[in-house]
Amino acid sequence: MATMLTTATDLPQTYVGTRTVRPDGVDKVTGRARFGADFNLPGQLVGRVLRSPHAHARIVSIDTSKAEKLPGVKAVVTRDDFADQPSEFIPAGEMMINYRDMVRNILAREKVLYEGHAVAAVAATSVAIAKRALKLIEVEYEVLPPVIDVMDAMKPGAPVLHEDLFTVGVEPKPDKPSNIAKRVEIAQGDIDAGFSKADVIVEREFKTQPVHQGYIEPHATLASVSEDGSAEVWCTTQGHFIVRAHCARLLGMDIGKVRVTASEIGGGFGGKTVVYLEPLAVALSKKAKRPVKMVMSREEVFKASGPTSGAHVKVKMGATKGGRFVAAYAELRYQAGAFQGSPVQPGVMCAFAPYDIDNVKVIGYDVVSNRPKVAAYRAPGAPISEFAVESVVDELAKKLDIDPVELRLQNAAREGTKAAYGPKFGPIGLIDTLHAVRKTDHYTTPLEDWQGRGVASGFWFNIGGETCVSLTVNEDGTVSLMAGTPDIGGLRASLAMVAADELGVPYDKVRPIIGDTGSLGFNFLTGGSRSAFSGSMAVVEAARQIKADLCRRAAKLWEVPVDQIEFEGGSVRPVGDAATKAKPMSVADMAKVAGKTGGPIGGYGRINAQGAGPSFGTHLVDVAVDPETGRVTVLRYTMAQDAGRAVHPSYVEGQYQGGAAQGIGWALNEEYIYGPDGKLQNAGFLDYRMPVASDVPMIDAIIVEVPNPRHPYGVRGVGETPIVPPMAAIANAIENATGIRFTDLPMSPPKVLKALKERCRNKV
Amino acid sequence: MAKHHVAAQVNGDEVEFLCETEETLLDVLRDTLNLTGSKEGCSSGDCGACSITLDGRLVCSCLVLGCEVGGRRIETIEGMARGETLHPLQQKFLEHAALQCGICTPGFLVASKALLERDRDPTETEIRYWLAGNLCRCTGYDKIIKAVMDAAAKMRRG
Repeated sequence: MATMLTTATDLPQTYVGTRTVRPDGVDKVTGRARFGADFNLPGQLVGRVLRSPHAHARIVSIDTSKAEKLPGVKAVVTRDDFADQPSEFIPAGEMMINYRDMVRNILAREKVLYEGHAVAAVAATSVAIAKRALKLIEVEYEVLPPVIDVMDAMKPGAPVLHEDLFTVGVEPKPDKPSNIAKRVEIAQGDIDAGFSKADVIVEREFKTQPVHQGYIEPHATLASVSEDGSAEVWCTTQGHFIVRAHCARLLGMDIGKVRVTASEIGGGFGGKTVVYLEPLAVALSKKAKRPVKMVMSREEVFKASGPTSGAHVKVKMGATKGGRFVAAYAELRYQAGAFQGSPVQPGVMCAFAPYDIDNVKVIGYDVVSNRPKVAAYRAPGAPISEFAVESVVDELAKKLDIDPVELRLQNAAREGTKAAYGPKFGPIGLIDTLHAVRKTDHYTTPLEDWQGRGVASGFWFNIGGETCVSLTVNEDGTVSLMAGTPDIGGLRASLAMVAADELGVPYDKVRPIIGDTGSLGFNFLTGGSRSAFSGSMAVVEAARQIKADLCRRAAKLWEVPVDQIEFEGGSVRPVGDAATKAKPMSVADMAKVAGKTGGPIGGYGRINAQGAGPSFGTHLVDVAVDPETGRVTVLRYTMAQDAGRAVHPSYVEGQYQGGAAQGIGWALNEEYIYGPDGKLQNAGFLDYRMPVASDVPMIDAIIVEVPNPRHPYGVRGVGETPIVPPMAAIANAIENATGIRFTDLPMSPPKVLKALKERCRNKV
Repeated sequence: MAKHHVAAQVNGDEVEFLCETEETLLDVLRDTLNLTGSKEGCSSGDCGACSITLDGRLVCSCLVLGCEVGGRRIETIEGMARGETLHPLQQKFLEHAALQCGICTPGFLVASKALLERDRDPTETEIRYWLAGNLCRCTGYDKIIKAVMDAAAKMRRG
């Protein structure tokens, strides 16, 4: 595994950049770690949700009286237990929140908008009683025709989901409601003038299907509301402060009265940035005055959480004979699910971000249909638009007879490039990743018949945001670290490494935990590839407070001016004229005399992290196509991505490899399959086919390090970019193997076989 | 109907429990015996997060009824380490960073142990197919496979 290293800083770095064993590791290999469904309280009830059997229907009435009378039923909640919310959009990281829609998604009000939409919830003394109670709830529906496909939903005369939804971003303002929530556009230069300079133009239409985040741990929560109105919630989430905010808002409670503890989280990928069960469990517990535990089944996870958008995408790109991109145009139509808020905006912004192109225009539409409301999924929106763009780039390379990596190099965004979505890039690593994959022996290894090789690049912004970390030096010199963003894939290890290096203490003397919402100030959620980036910034801030404080304490202790004391290599020491006045004291030495020098020692990083460096990656893949079955096998996979600075290389590689594997699933097998009745036909892992170990090869992960100048260690977020390139890389490899350009995901065996057969027929 | 009274052996300990007919072994392990290391990811035998061994045979505990296990020997993730000593697979999973979120890890470890008890020297392909019943969404399997291969090598060396 090659690592191209440019040292981020010249700080003493003992642990950062090494492969330590994660501090939460032993609990996770012994079964001791407690995930969402592993929490229990005395007297707890079982909560269950009644879900809509229809894809689209008006709710005429809900009668819960029979269910309430069933012995063992302690509470039932419906729409009547939640006050309506005004329609207003609140930015939340990569997505937007509208409480009007959120309150309708957690429990349907006027209408059910997808099969599986929650209608009521019960709390009972046993699973059996809860299930019986659901059957006793009488819901009268007026069934309406559903609309599932994004293009169908945009047609005039399509069934309209929301009578109050008028397209935003078009002039004149429409006088009729439709399923098109908004139109967005970015542009730079003159698109027509650009295309007029092109010698070669490629225009293609693409289709992608919704795919689910596929975390192995279903949503789970335990809520306990006491008689004084304060609530405690344990749940699996990417952001317990967000859960607190949503529960308080939806239930009209003070934020300070809701305490949320994030369990260990069994995968999220964006899908656990929202609430489904938590407000229901709190509402049920409030009514029943007993703790209520709720866990989704896998079928519920598929039908009523996530996924990301399916989409229709049109891309047109023009290049000169010499291989310079002169114009790029795209139209994106993204499914939002039942409520507006697809990731079309980031899709629009990312589409051409890897390239330096003068003339760009991208238009996007956010479209509702009778599907579960989409949730963020790893680089939300980007994999869809960049799949289309990277496929067209490959086709341009073929038409121009230029090597696909070379063509990308000729047009790659670099420091100083103005991205069409606005900013000028600082130091970025796209070119480095292209060089890195081209240098591998993978790039030149000969292929056999029915094998093909493909390459694609990808981009994601990354974000920062509100972050609090506390660092406490204990009496014996050990360090307690508390962060407030759930650790999904090695965060605690990374933060402990940074703390150890900053304070010059051994890594195993730093114990990191994830604190609850009562223990720290507001933390935005784990998402946007922000937790290691922002968290380590906050750790540095907290550690620097401690170091300054230790210098002040030593000054008093030694009776020397504070400017003659330095913190270096884990010790305070007198320097200059005072150099001989005292012996250096380590953090542990200072901890022992803390009581005499000012009391407990600690620092508190409270930041709104800015300066997240974007991350670019390039993937290289070999596939074999079986002409008899249409099955595509991924033979070899190499990827390079810019990490800025890899705090823990193993977990950076893990992010790369995991994102690539999810992309392989998205490319080849995963899709939501609906019948004409608008019902999901594959709501289980057997039929929703995620990659298993025998579906994928080893994934060679190359870490490129172009330091992010706005982070003290040069760190960039790494979690999301890896899912962006795989779909196009694989489509390009299949084209290389078969000569057939696939534009419709997933490229599953029936589709590939059909295309191969059609070609045979056409040849005859 | 009255509950079933069942006596079985779990991780070497004799246990007795009462269960309803429809309760799965996974329900019993998690809810009655408080052994929450086995995870429920699908309850249909597709994800492998609830993998255990029953009389030495690898099974999904969500596909076994609690009332079926009378007199049988059950091994779960909680029984894998010996005192303070981790099993070589557990150690190698940590060294290779073969877990991210960790929800699938107990199932992978139990399944891998069952493999290495049958085959001391499996090939990469054999490991991939043996573990095809265990879903991991975080790692892309790369580091898991390497950890199992490394653990097998360590165990062969003794």
